Amino acid sequence: MKSKFILLHPQDNVLVCCRQAEVNEMIIIGKQKIVLRQAMELGHKVARQAVARGDKIVKYGVSIGSAVQAIHPGEHVHLHNMKSDYIRPHTRQRLQEISDYK
Amino acid sequence: MKGFLRQDGRKGIRNVLIVAYLVECAHHVARLIVTRSDDPAVQLIGFPGCFPNDYAFRMMQALGTHPNTGGVLLVSLGCEGFNREALTETIRASGRPVETLVIQQTGGTRKTIDAGLDVIRAMKARIDEAEQVDMNLDQLVVGTICGGSDGTSGISANPAVGKCFDRLVRDGATCIFEETGELIGCEQVMMTRAVSPGLAREIEQSVVKAVHYYSTMGYGSFAPGNAEGGLTTQEEKSMGAYAKSGSSPIHGLIKPGDIPPRGGLYLMDVVPDGEPRFGFPNIADNAEIVELIASGCHLVLFTTGRGSVVGSAISPVIKICANPETWRNLADDMDVNAGRIIEGEADLDEVGDEIYRRLQAIAAGSPSKSEALGHQEFILTYKSFEPIGPACLPAH
Repeated sequence: MKSKFILLHPQDNVLVCCRQAEVNEMIIIGKQKIVLRQAMELGHKVARQAVARGDKIVKYGVSIGSAVQAIHPGEHVHLHNMKSDYIRPHTRQRLQEISDYK
Repeated sequence: MKGFLRQDGRKGIRNVLIVAYLVECAHHVARLIVTRSDDPAVQLIGFPGCFPNDYAFRMMQALGTHPNTGGVLLVSLGCEGFNREALTETIRASGRPVETLVIQQTGGTRKTIDAGLDVIRAMKARIDEAEQVDMNLDQLVVGTICGGSDGTSGISANPAVGKCFDRLVRDGATCIFEETGELIGCEQVMMTRAVSPGLAREIEQSVVKAVHYYSTMGYGSFAPGNAEGGLTTQEEKSMGAYAKSGSSPIHGLIKPGDIPPRGGLYLMDVVPDGEPRFGFPNIADNAEIVELIASGCHLVLFTTGRGSVVGSAISPVIKICANPETWRNLADDMDVNAGRIIEGEADLDEVGDEIYRRLQAIAAGSPSKSEALGHQEFILTYKSFEPIGPACLPAH
């Protein structure tokens, strides 16, 4: 059975989910074993190693933003724990914030 | 592959008769002419604004003289600001049949529709006699765009299109990728691929401009669906989008409506120049597709993860589906299943080869999925651009 996660570049600190996976599932990538702390959906990222607050999140071998809090291996990496180093996205939550403000 | 030979030497893979409204007030009349013609090769385009705009004028000129365009009917209300005489003259000078109907002079809605249908019948008979000649890949211009991106786009469909682009560039074709606002964070890697230091500086400047522009607008080019599909930041989306460009050297930087002077890979800068004036640079995917077509694209490769269904007027759109779940849900709308890469059933080279073969079949006349379903979306709004600098195009 092919792994549900892929490592896109050897320097990456995240893996990308290729098939839905459940909490506590064990991911094996090469010689590394990681236990999922949350359920994961296709296209989402999971931390491959511990990431400190302010560290770069690396995918495709390049930085795609910074961690805004410490992230444990096996943890979902997304809007709640990382941010862009360039520009803010407009998520549905952000749209809600704007309409609440008004 | 056969093409319709045009007076300027370019060849078309389709022979479309365009009906173009020159202001929203003429849209309904133009649409009814197209609907009642009941012919997929009679297609509607137009510009809604009453105020004149140099960019929109240039785009309509480029579309009216596009190699896939065989003839044009312009529908004007009569009092709008669009310079219909100059547009008519440009199209006539290109050797194409062109007629203009002014609703206020023709006697209103019903009479203009009837007159329009007569024009279409006569023009159709004439353009259907157009000569078809042999056409090679080095005469083909192919664009690429991504829409409804998710976490799968950047690892399946986009790099597979990149493989196809690499082959097309080797064949001498012209390939265009675009949307500097979706390449924020990729400027350093792109600069290393430029064929000259001057072009590298222009590429960097185009991304600096995009960051400034989008920061002023308050949002990046990042929709809620992108985040739900697993993408977190603009630069993450950018790296995935960037993979569509493949690995060829970047030969030039063009703006919408500029025709690349020869084969190779080109980046299109779609972010307006100057301070933001008319709103978002690309209000929806079709605005970018129209810009790619205005720069001569015969075909557009459209990668999607969440699942777009759009096509376009004038040039076929080919859908490459990145996400295997989306493929199962929307297979009727998709031309190529790149989700096989995610599921381990195919590799990038195999899907790249499938795109390359499918593209040639569609260029030879086979309809793409969106074409067969009747998708002919079109949108054109206000923008402003300065001409490109001398370092933007390859030296002779």
